[in-house]
Order: sequence, then C-alpha cells, then structure tokens
Amino acid sequence: MVAPHGTSGMLGEDGIHVDMNHLKSGEVNMAINFKDGVILGADSRTTTGAYIANRVTDKLTQVHDTIWCCRSGSAADTQAVADIVSYHLNMYGVTNAEAPTTQVAASLFQELCYENKDALSAGIILAGWDARHGGQVYSIPLGGSLHKQSFAIGGSGSTYIYGYTDAHWREQMTEEEGIDFVRSALQEAIKWDGSSGGVIRLVVLTKAGAVRHLYLPDNGYTGPGVTN
Amino acid sequence: MTSIGTGYDLSNSVFSPDGRNFQVEYAVKAVENGGTAVGIRCKDGVVLAVEKIITSKLLKPGANKRIATVDRHVGIVSAGLVPDGRHFVSRARDEASSWRGTYKGPIPTAALANRLGGYVQAYTLYSSVRPFGVTAIVGGWDTETELPVDGQVGDGPKSGSGGKVEGAKAGGPGLYMIEPSGLYWGYYGAATGKGRQAAKAELEKLDLTSGNLSLADGVKEAARIIYVAHEDSKDKDFELEMTWISSVDGPTKGRHEEVPKELLEEAEKAAKRALEGDDEEEEDKGQGEQMEE
Repeated sequence: MVAPHGTSGMLGEDGIHVDMNHLKSGEVNMAINFKDGVILGADSRTTTGAYIANRVTDKLTQVHDTIWCCRSGSAADTQAVADIVSYHLNMYGVTNAEAPTTQVAASLFQELCYENKDALSAGIILAGWDARHGGQVYSIPLGGSLHKQSFAIGGSGSTYIYGYTDAHWREQMTEEEGIDFVRSALQEAIKWDGSSGGVIRLVVLTKAGAVRHLYLPDNGYTGPGVTN
Repeated sequence: MTSIGTGYDLSNSVFSPDGRNFQVEYAVKAVENGGTAVGIRCKDGVVLAVEKIITSKLLKPGANKRIATVDRHVGIVSAGLVPDGRHFVSRARDEASSWRGTYKGPIPTAALANRLGGYVQAYTLYSSVRPFGVTAIVGGWDTETELPVDGQVGDGPKSGSGGKVEGAKAGGPGLYMIEPSGLYWGYYGAATGKGRQAAKAELEKLDLTSGNLSLADGVKEAARIIYVAHEDSKDKDFELEMTWISSVDGPTKGRHEEVPKELLEEAEKAAKRALEGDDEEEEDKGQGEQMEE
C-alpha cells in the first residue's frame, strides 16, 4: 500500500524521505533558544554501515504548528513516538480550543519514552514556541528523563561540538546570530564526524510561525537560506 | 402527581412528545431542595460557600464538609443529594489526576468543567442509571506563572527566551456550574439550591462583570448571600462553610483552601449585622409611616 506523498517515509517515494527501519543513522542535531524563539538544526545523512542510504534526509519533525523535534536513535521508534505525540497535540488543540504549549508536548514525549524505555531506542530534542512561554528547548535522552535547557545537542556527531557550543553559546542572541551559531556548530560536527553529513536543515520557530532554512555543502553551507 | 409524566417519566433517556426528559427534571427538583451553594469569581480569586443545614444536634459542628478539594487549585461545592455530590467529586478527582498523569501539570478549570459536563450528560442517556441529583459549582485558579512540566530537570536560559515572556497574560480565575442535564456554563457568580433565587438577586447587585470585586470582599459577600438565602428557611439551623482560591501571590498561593476561622467568623458577623441592619431599616420606615398617620 502506498501512503500519501511525503508523510510515510517510504523509500523512493519522493527521494527525500527514507524508511530508516533497520538503518543506523549516525547524525548530529541541536536546538537553541534565541531572543524571539527557538532554532532547530540537523544534518541530513542516513547510513547503513558505510553506505549513505539518504544524503538529503529530513530529520526535523513537526508535531504541531510551532512545536518541532529532532529525532535520534531508531528511526522507526522515533517516528512512531512523534506520530503519537502529534496526534495527541492535535486532539489537545481541538478539545481545549487552545494550541498546546511546548510543556504539553514535552510531557507526552517523556511519558511515552519513559513508560516504554525497555522497548525504545529514542533520543529526542524538543523545541517549540507558544504565546504563553515563548521559545523553549527540552531534551529527552535514552531513559526517558526530561531536561529543560538553554540549548541541546544530540546524535553521534554532537560529541565533537560540546566544546564548540559551550565556548560560543550566548543568551539572548538575535535570529541571525542564532542561525550562525547552529549552522557553524553543525558544520563543525559534519567536518569531524564521518557519519554526519549532507545538507544542513534548520527550522526557526517564532511568533511568526515556522520557517525552514537549507544550507548546502556546495558553497560551504552559506546558502540558499530560507526555503519557505 | 400521578399524571405528570404520563408514562414518559418512568425511564431515563426517554423523551416526552414535547421534547422533555422528565427524569432530568425530577433530578433538578432534588437540587432545588438542597442547601444553597454559591460561587463568586473575583478578580484575584474564587470563593465557594454553602449553607449546610443541620439535620441533627448529634452531628459534630464543623465536621462533614460539603466543599471538596479536587486538585490543589480546584474546589467543588454542590447542592442536592449529598452522596451524588460525593461521587461527582470522586470523578472530578480522577479526571484531575488523569490530566496530571498525561500532561504533567494542573488541569485547567475549563477543561475539568468540560469533562465533568460530559460525565453528567452520560447519566441522562442510559436506562440502567439515573441522572445526578446535584448541581455542582466548580471553582479554580489556573496559575498565571510559568508552568514547569512535573519532574523536569533544569529551567533553561536565565533571560530572554525559554519560558520567560515579559507581560504575557495567562491563567486566572474560573467558575463553572454543571446541572443534572450535563449543561454547564462559565459564570461570574453562580448560585444553586433552595435559596438560589435570593442568592442570584444578590449576586447580580455585585457588578461582577466589571471584574473589580476583590477576593477579600468576595468572601464577605458570599457569607452575606448565604445568610440572605437562609432567611426563607429560618426555622432550620445551618452552618456556613466557605473555601477560597486566590492568585499565586494572594493568601492561598493558588490553592483551594478553607477560609481561615477568624476571617470566616468576621464575615459571618458582618453578614448578621447586614441582615439586622435591613430589618431595622424596615422597622424605622414602619414607625415613620405610623407617625404620619
């Protein structure tokens, strides 16, 4: 059965989404707070051993209008969890006639990841913007604990940028500074980590909504920039 | 009485030809005999009060509470059949707890009222049950401060983004009344039970819609209104039971609590004085008219 375009992640469906079941995806992803909201970023490499199964993977997943997440670990597990959270957030939105906050998303993710910790291999960085709290970043690592952070990094490639991000992190960055920070950090991870690579995808979440950015290796990740 | 429902009142969920559900209407009758209960939504909190009729001198004063805490920020008072009220509160606690289990935070008062409305409505549908013999007033305070997720570690950046929006308005008082049909509305002031008509008349005089009444004044008004509503059943003894929920920076710090003893006694004294004052005024007027004759 062929699922609708661009949602199932089936291989060959659109050349971008890939069924990552049984695939190991070495990767790097991160999310940060800046003055007006949050920025999520990720590389685009999916590998099976030495083979790059997809070089333009989209690892930034939307679970509500301005609540997104970076998935790492088993693609199958994290997709399933993100789908369940997305369903609940949409139900929350209609039954309470009010958009869910990032906290609501964080608690749903945490409950699923904690209660099913023995069956799941899922590390999630959650970032969202809502009118009440502005931008927020939460990290939910392997055991299902929940950490509210200024910024979060994850995936195998993140080990290379702990020093970089710590040295360069500042509170209250502007949007431009924030984008530069995320892009430079990811560029560094891609440079050193063999299983991270491809393009850099960003999502900027503010009062204005979600805006996607794309940066290509061809020109040293300097453009094209905004893609929607 | 025998011909009231003409057969359409024998089972739940049965409509009469003119579209009435008699079982629900009979449940409302049960409510109309219950002690008066009121709720006032003030600018910085919510007050709940009830006239507890003393049915026996052997009952311990101050025991057998009629206002229940559902979650730390929500209280419920009901008029009608007491056991039905207890079951209703039990369901409310389950709902509040289930919300915390899923969302790791307090249930908004509006969401609780919605779920309870749905629960009560279901009891009008099936022949194996009867409708609730209570009308319940649900009062709560949704916190206006940043809401952490229960159990989270860390709190993000110290300034700017990360859950710290300057001047963002959120939370506030909530007051809802749920009837035996499952119907519920949000109110500035709500009254139910035997003395509801007198209580509603008093509530309407308070100009609650402008949102200027303070919680401290609301406590006094609620006490007075229960005393006014009791005027028509003066032969029976009663206790005034009163709880409140203030804003996070108010006296109860966003929690549903009993009004402290001293404050309650002060409010009762003021209520009695107000009633006596009314009587004296009327007596004076009577005398004046006599003098003129």
